[in-house]
Amino acid sequence: MPVVAKFEITYTQFLDEHGKAQQELPEFAADADEMARMYRFMHLTRVFDQRCINLQRTGQVNTIASSHGHEAAQIGLASAMRPEDVLAPSYREHGAVLWRGVRMSQLLAVWGGDERGHDWDGARHDFPYCVPIATQCLHAAGAALALKMRGQEACAVALCGDGATSEGAFYEALNAAGAMELPVVFWVTNNRYAISMNVQDQTGAETLAQKAIAVGIHGEQVDGNDLIAVRNAAEIALRRARSGGGASLVEALSYRLGDHTTADDATRYRPDEEVEQAARRAPLHRMKRFMQEHFGWTGEQEEALIAELEAEVEKEVEAYLAMPPPKIEDIFEHQFANMPAALEAQREIAHRYPVPD
Amino acid sequence: MANLTLVEAVNQALAWEMAHDDSVVVFGEDVGVNGGVFRATVGLQEKFGAERVFDTPLAEAMIAGLSVGLATQGFKPVPEIQFMGFIYPALDQIVSHASRMRNRTRGRLTCPMVLRAPFGTGIRAPEHHSESTEAMFAHMPGVRVVIPSSPVRAYGLLLSAIRDLDPVIFLEPKRIYRAFRQEVPDNGEGLPLDKAFVTRPGTDVTLISWGASALETWNAAGELADEGIDCEVVDLATVSPIDKDTILESVSRTGRAVIVHEAAVSGGLGGEVAAILASEGLYSLEAPVVRVGGFDAVPPLARMEYGYIPGVQRIKDAVHECMES
Repeated sequence: MPVVAKFEITYTQFLDEHGKAQQELPEFAADADEMARMYRFMHLTRVFDQRCINLQRTGQVNTIASSHGHEAAQIGLASAMRPEDVLAPSYREHGAVLWRGVRMSQLLAVWGGDERGHDWDGARHDFPYCVPIATQCLHAAGAALALKMRGQEACAVALCGDGATSEGAFYEALNAAGAMELPVVFWVTNNRYAISMNVQDQTGAETLAQKAIAVGIHGEQVDGNDLIAVRNAAEIALRRARSGGGASLVEALSYRLGDHTTADDATRYRPDEEVEQAARRAPLHRMKRFMQEHFGWTGEQEEALIAELEAEVEKEVEAYLAMPPPKIEDIFEHQFANMPAALEAQREIAHRYPVPD
Repeated sequence: MANLTLVEAVNQALAWEMAHDDSVVVFGEDVGVNGGVFRATVGLQEKFGAERVFDTPLAEAMIAGLSVGLATQGFKPVPEIQFMGFIYPALDQIVSHASRMRNRTRGRLTCPMVLRAPFGTGIRAPEHHSESTEAMFAHMPGVRVVIPSSPVRAYGLLLSAIRDLDPVIFLEPKRIYRAFRQEVPDNGEGLPLDKAFVTRPGTDVTLISWGASALETWNAAGELADEGIDCEVVDLATVSPIDKDTILESVSRTGRAVIVHEAAVSGGLGGEVAAILASEGLYSLEAPVVRVGGFDAVPPLARMEYGYIPGVQRIKDAVHECMES
């Protein structure tokens, strides 16, 4: 019988888990300033993430999703984007949005239950965090269509996790991107868990990347804990999109080192040994070795950087805590551009009742 | 001046706004070369090109999701969902995103889009082509739900819906897509949203309806006039948010109200109108408010659909009940 379709999925890794180069490195990896900047943001993501969890434990923010373990996947991708590109993030992408210029105090506001956080700095056209799984993939496709119709040399990026690849919205977005040749990159950080569901139980497919094949877009897998592999794959996929070469699905293999959120207890569903093993392959660990070997990064520099980042995070925590409380009127003011009469009447009622803390 | 059916008026409004606002784009299933299964978008692709009027893959969640993406990035998408019975996959995008984008970003991103869908019974269509679930959408904060009931209002309301800065669900009563014609000047003048229209002044009882039922309601009012009952007829038009002032003012004069809609009566918007009259117009009422609607059964297939929706006689009986109590 004739074979009518065949496919293969490549896997790219530049650095092994000890930070040793496995093949010739891309050009940007020799750029000391750029590598230091990315390394700094990876650490910032980690320090911020840890501080967020502390704030939750002390009741200063509400339930929050940790990005522990995703530092390379987020920073490698975000650093390949241009300001005019459009990002549609899931709720776990602190590193990526911080790179895009969002303030930490604004992210804290989001997790602290205050909509003003999403009126964020940075790329003002980027989408807010998206909670309903995979629905943001369609927004990225729509934004990509907008960029294409305007003839802009820019692209849209959707960030999602492995669980999202089971959703209808994910397939519909991919299919639209293939059918309409949209300048979009679907970036799946496969951290192996959708809350408690292991990715092996999520699908019968060998890889998530191959879901691209069914819709006629490019698909590949990278080591998502390898900053250089991530940045390299992101650059290529983004360039492909911006230059009219079509959409891509990149599956970045990683591991969720934290709980799903602060309301989760991952020890219920995964063995400690597995987490310990994954921690040894963590992206920061690997990059530290790389920085030492290639740029003579020292222990003192590392300590100084972390102290500096902790101070930076602390200033943002203070800014968050110093925000004047939101007003109940705001929920009415921002519902419609032209407020309906009935809503005005409800605003007057709400105004009369102080909101308890 | 053009003598148009309701669906032709929809087409005329789309063409006007596309010609005057480059950010308006029309898309959906079969809306391009085919001009839509009801021909609402006929000729638009020839006039405005396949970049602005295009067919999408067959996926309603995607149609709504693309619209959210486009709207937040400065376009005004006017997608078509082919039948309201197929709108449900799009609900997640409407509830979770379109309705909330402005509020949850405190105005940083907005979602001006008009999702058009033909709705209701009456064209002897197959299963799933006859729903009237406007109340589901009206219950969602953050979207307007607008329903024209004549060619003139289809033109004016659609123009205003497209110009509005927030999402609008624009439901077109397909039973009266071609039921009658009106002169519809192509002057680009919108009609106000959030506003009900008194389509027939009267003194004895207020009949409140929308969509295709407005036609039977109107006809019932004509027959009742012959019996000496002078009905005021109100077309709600924007069913969310409801224009309280117009209905309360009318009932303050007539003292009686009958609400007519095609959707299942329980949980339908007639209940919302009745609640407004009960809480803010009780002292004007001389009789209990009467609701006439579709029965609380799934819309039947073609042979029974006219038994399901309120016909002229059922409306007249409801008015008699209201007048006699």
